[in-house]
Amino acid sequence: MDSGISKVTTHISHNEQLIFERSQPGRAGFSLPPLDVDEIPLDEIVPREFQREDNLAGMPEVTEVDVVRHFTRMSSWNYSIDQGMYPLGSCTMKYNSRLNEKVARIAGFANLHPLAAEAESQGALQVIYELQQHLREITGLPGISLQPAAGAHGEMTGILIIRAFIDARDGKEGSAKRRIMLIPDSAHGTNPASAHLSGFTVQTIRSTNEGLTDLEHLRELCAHGDVAGLMLTNPNTLGLFERNIKEICRRVHDAGGLVYMDGANMNALVGVARPGDMGVDVIHLNLHKTFSTPHGGGGPGSGPCCCTKELEPFLPVPRIVRTRSGSDGPDVFKLDFDYPQSIGRVKAFFGNYGMMLRALAYILTHGYDGLREATEAAVLNARYITHGLTSDYEKPFAAPPMHEVVFTDKRQARKSVHTLDIAKRLIDYGFHPPTIYFPLIVSGAMLIEPTESVGRQELDQFIEAMRSIAREAVDNPELVLNAPHTTRIGRLDEAAAARKPVLRWKPAAPPRMATSDR
Amino acid sequence: MLRQIGVASIENLFDSIPEDLRLLKRLDVPAALSEIELLKRFGDMGARNTAASRVSFLGAGAYSHYVPTVVDHLISRSEFFTAYTPYQPEISQGTLQSIFEFQTLICQLTGMEIANASMYDGSTALAEAVLMAERVSKRSKMIASSAIHPQYLEVAQTYVQHAGIELQHAPFDFVTGQTPISAFDSMDAQTAAVVVQSPNFFGCIEDLQALSEKVHANGALLIVAISEAMSLGLLRSPGSCGADIVVAEGQSFGVPVSFGGPYVGLFATRDKYSRQIPGRLVGEAYDKQGRRGFVLTLATREQHIRREKATSNICTNEGLIALAATIYLETMGRRGVQEVAHQCAQKAHYAAREIAKLEGLSLPFSAPFFNEFVVRAPVEALPLLERLANEKGIDGGIALSRFDSNRPNDFLVCVTETNTREQIDALVDGLRPLT
Repeated sequence: MDSGISKVTTHISHNEQLIFERSQPGRAGFSLPPLDVDEIPLDEIVPREFQREDNLAGMPEVTEVDVVRHFTRMSSWNYSIDQGMYPLGSCTMKYNSRLNEKVARIAGFANLHPLAAEAESQGALQVIYELQQHLREITGLPGISLQPAAGAHGEMTGILIIRAFIDARDGKEGSAKRRIMLIPDSAHGTNPASAHLSGFTVQTIRSTNEGLTDLEHLRELCAHGDVAGLMLTNPNTLGLFERNIKEICRRVHDAGGLVYMDGANMNALVGVARPGDMGVDVIHLNLHKTFSTPHGGGGPGSGPCCCTKELEPFLPVPRIVRTRSGSDGPDVFKLDFDYPQSIGRVKAFFGNYGMMLRALAYILTHGYDGLREATEAAVLNARYITHGLTSDYEKPFAAPPMHEVVFTDKRQARKSVHTLDIAKRLIDYGFHPPTIYFPLIVSGAMLIEPTESVGRQELDQFIEAMRSIAREAVDNPELVLNAPHTTRIGRLDEAAAARKPVLRWKPAAPPRMATSDR
Repeated sequence: MLRQIGVASIENLFDSIPEDLRLLKRLDVPAALSEIELLKRFGDMGARNTAASRVSFLGAGAYSHYVPTVVDHLISRSEFFTAYTPYQPEISQGTLQSIFEFQTLICQLTGMEIANASMYDGSTALAEAVLMAERVSKRSKMIASSAIHPQYLEVAQTYVQHAGIELQHAPFDFVTGQTPISAFDSMDAQTAAVVVQSPNFFGCIEDLQALSEKVHANGALLIVAISEAMSLGLLRSPGSCGADIVVAEGQSFGVPVSFGGPYVGLFATRDKYSRQIPGRLVGEAYDKQGRRGFVLTLATREQHIRREKATSNICTNEGLIALAATIYLETMGRRGVQEVAHQCAQKAHYAAREIAKLEGLSLPFSAPFFNEFVVRAPVEALPLLERLANEKGIDGGIALSRFDSNRPNDFLVCVTETNTREQIDALVDGLRPLT
């Protein structure tokens, strides 16, 4: 129906300047009460040579409504989970409940200072303790620290624990002979980086044609008495469960090493299988993946580290423990610093506490059956996508995947349409692309993880979009090669950006003055 | 769906997991709670945090500043908080442009040339700075002032323990509370960097200019850490004093104290180290039609490309908290940040003057301070502060015995723009009969 009103613009604002370019001298967006103490000259407080002399030149001066419009307009350029499926493999982009956000903003938590007295922070410590208990149960590992701030931080913590354990077991000299950390060629880049940070040399284990850890290669690498450990993601980054995990752990243990499991893919296992039952010694979890705390455009995360009883003495301090006041008194939660073998502190205070609140809320609103159902739905959705795309895209590994599946651009590449082009074209269809070119061992990889937060209708739409792109790659490759067509900007020249990086705004050079101000 | 994919039952989805590894029992976690029940539970636990509603003079790395309402409103927009790391720039320009503005603001405040997209917090940013100094200088000795926040030093020690780096401590002056230049006399040709915090853990402002001259004469780098970033609104920037790396805790910029996190680590350095800096960087880029946009750049430093040769293992950072800081700094703007800093300093000095008038109480350090200062009591500080909390409902400071058993009578007081004169007077009145 023609209403006679024509739209003058889209709702996407196409042209929002940098805030610095919007700034007008004299504008202000803040309001503060007047100073209510007797003011004394600044020079009497802080000697002049310690005072700022640039008057914060260049910092913006804008009104509150300027700020609101600025960020609201920019926000319209982002894709987000709340707009639709976000199938980034290995990233577990699931729905972030608003209820959990509300919990994290309860004044009793948000306004609590981390150095407030223990006796007056009991509720906050109880949250940490309860989350610890649930994560112990979910992983089947009794030792735990919630201090690490992200996955890679949890990895570093876990590897430092392995190092400390071997130092204690073998003595400095014995330990010095064990400096090899084994990492599969399919691993996340954080694994080797974390191992290096802990003083280990990385040796890469091959994957088999089936996409699993090569046991024969593992045996060879374990034969020299120099292996400190193995870092393994399970299910691995190809979405496949390492079905020989018990045997793998046994071989590493027999060789005197320990097994670290990267828990990035725990969304395939919660309520179904536990790393502690597989022989794993230490693992990190990603509360911002499996337990639904928001990714926030890059963080914050939270990377709890869970370990066996044997490794528990080496966890970071302080630990949060429960005692009882009297024989039948109430629970009292305490900070315990008395672990002389601890690797030390990995972060100030207690970690990313706000993420712990959200993760505990996630666990409590799901309950034992909801947690398992989420896992089931995540795997079912990935299998459904696998089924839907197999006729049009190359699937490099035959085994049925768990919660994520890898396809490649092998068929489309014959028409010179590559993974990057398929990803960009998917944007035109209204979806966020999958993880691309990872894992590195699969040429032209597209790693797709739908998570449980998507229904059948949207899965069908995604499958149809991918199949349509496969047809376009044949019929009209230019359309795919020049995608995306519907976004505010086209593909950016990243190579030029890296050659001569511009990493901050700078004011335009002022016109040359007749006289200097100095 | 099961029928369509040819799988007989849900259980069969997990056939690739060997049977003996499958969990046969149900998880021992409680049954699901409804929204009403959940809010009640957390409300009850929150209410047990009695300290959260107190008049507070606690600082030491976490600061209670006023947060304008728009900050939480804007970071709560779905488009920001439910987005991932901006790996697909065409549909992530909101996040990318925000980070570019964040990097610019951090450069302006610190007086440095480049800043990254954030680290976990101040303590881990400091640890990463030490690692970077070793990479840049190829030297292995670090000398850190012992007046740095003790937890920052602990974290740095954890990070460097297997990196072949020796972290030495330089003593601070018991009279001034500053770290004297002479404390770094052990600098030699192996010294990669000198690390100080300013204002330091005791609130005292360090002489960065003098230190910078000495450090550079020795061919080493100066790393400056800041836990109270609001001080940058008033104090000379570390960059203008000659710092090579500046790291800070950015919590003061619009982030609630939230029992210690999530906060945001700030990391800034010189242009010439753009390929040695840890963490993500956003840079300007153009599309074929010449339109300006922003991308993640210089990724060849990072773990997903360089693996064990990366400049850091960091991947997930503190994106949303960096966004909060960006919105805070833009809302407050140049004059707002200056005004907050000014009020913090004036109120803290008023509090210090009034406390110093009390019989038996003294300020042991003579150096200038911003908004935190040490008070020495004639009795043990820990029980004194407990009584103040219980009897007057005021958290009057942090007993330094919690960090150093040699300082039983000292406590650290922090004053911000949120503390009214009435509260400060109540603190002074509360302390009077207890000493």
